[in-house]
Amino acid sequence: MQDGLKVFGEESSLEIEMRMIAEGLLTDEIPPRLVGGRNRETGRIVFPCPESGEYEPYPLQRQGTLWSYTIQRYRPKSPPYAGPDAFHPWPVGYVELAGEAIVEARLTDIAFDDIAIGMPLELTVVPLDAEAIDPVMVHAFKPAGAA
Amino acid sequence: MGNVCIVGIGIHPFGRTDGLSGLDQGVFAVRQALADAGVEWSDVQFAYGGSDAAGNPDTMVERLGLTGVQFINVRNGCAAGGSALFSAQMAIKSGEFELGLAVGFDKHPRGAFNALPSEYNLPDWYGEAGYMITTQFFANKIMRYMHDHGISPQSLGRVAEKAFRNAVHAPHAWRREPVMLADIMNAPMVSDPYTKFMFCSPAEGGVALLLASEKKARELGKPLVRLKAATMRTRPPGSFEVFAPSIDVERGGSATNIASAAAFDLAGIGPEDIAVAQLQDTEAGAEIMHMAENGFCRDGEQERWLAEGLTEIDGKLPVNTDGGCLACGEPIGASGLRQVYENVVQLRGDGGGRQVPGRPTTAYSHVYGAPGVSAVTILER
Repeated sequence: MQDGLKVFGEESSLEIEMRMIAEGLLTDEIPPRLVGGRNRETGRIVFPCPESGEYEPYPLQRQGTLWSYTIQRYRPKSPPYAGPDAFHPWPVGYVELAGEAIVEARLTDIAFDDIAIGMPLELTVVPLDAEAIDPVMVHAFKPAGAA
Repeated sequence: MGNVCIVGIGIHPFGRTDGLSGLDQGVFAVRQALADAGVEWSDVQFAYGGSDAAGNPDTMVERLGLTGVQFINVRNGCAAGGSALFSAQMAIKSGEFELGLAVGFDKHPRGAFNALPSEYNLPDWYGEAGYMITTQFFANKIMRYMHDHGISPQSLGRVAEKAFRNAVHAPHAWRREPVMLADIMNAPMVSDPYTKFMFCSPAEGGVALLLASEKKARELGKPLVRLKAATMRTRPPGSFEVFAPSIDVERGGSATNIASAAAFDLAGIGPEDIAVAQLQDTEAGAEIMHMAENGFCRDGEQERWLAEGLTEIDGKLPVNTDGGCLACGEPIGASGLRQVYENVVQLRGDGGGRQVPGRPTTAYSHVYGAPGVSAVTILER
């Protein structure tokens, strides 16, 4: 994982330069996967990959189903929140990656009223500050098959 | 092994008290508990004190008297008060001591708790991206529970409505005005499905409990309120806790499940024997989930329990008779001890307008908090 990771949109061949909020969250593939951690003894899978030697990096599947969700309707306190001062509510939930882990993530490309537990989702990234010129990106899930 | 009794209780009203520090409120509560038990500070052989954000509890010796008393500070998240009480009763059970104090107080800034990732062994990005928020977790947890067990938003509203209604009669509560169910349901959403009335707020307050051996309690001539069980547990595999970037596909039980089972085991009674319960209700859905996690009903039965009023003051199992965290707010160090305070009030029959009818003889308390800790007590008169 490096800064300026190159990602190709799946539907288009548009190439974008991307800066994730932290190193080590995504694989270097196109399209990328979240990097979880797999316990070397028990096989338990978690996200993100802990730094301790008990876990080895384990790329997680990109497709999942919505396990639960809510809408974040107020601006989180800073610190630790590093998003913009301007606030727009965002959906956030837990996405079940079958047989692996249930991962917390923002949801994107969906109207709040259309969100439903069990809906199929796939991994994407969204800017932490949509208005920034060179935003840092955070992982998110969008409805499967959406552009 | 001899019984441990609660012989003195004191409380500084919860809410916001400008001009009084958290420690001031703790000292206030201790003095009230000493007067209630009819003992002097110099009679107290040991103390355990809990505070999360209001300084070291042991500094209160400066105010109460430099008796040289052994005073141990407890910092255990939301279970701080429960852990102080657990430790205090162990000291008496050991036979080494016959009179000691469990005290908790706190004073938090307004707004949601402001936790930092490093305090929870999490990477910085987790907070920077906007996940380090307790309300977000609580909302996610209840949304799944409602989906799995058929709990309606209306039931969340009923819990909040009951809390404010009960608190009208609790002098130590913070929010003592009834709020109509429609107003609760139509209030602004904070984190769906929760409106602003369905979350408690960080607050201020202090609670003190004096514990004694049964022999000492008899000497003091107080009504015998016995602490039959005090347990504290951390999370088992597969639980769903605050500040979790991921959870296990294989779902498991909770810290509450095992703390509760251990408490019933110690007390030698079951959930059906409890006459009044104080259950952690930092948000309306927590009370609902905790009714089942503590064994009082099965998952999903809460919908009917609430519709039929079974957890009202005059119901089958009155829950959160002083309005709980929803109406009292949550000063972390004091919150778990407030529940026990309220149970002693109920067992003594001193509840006034919120007194549970029929002279209850058993009372249950339960706290839960980050990062997956739970403490339970069972009292018997």
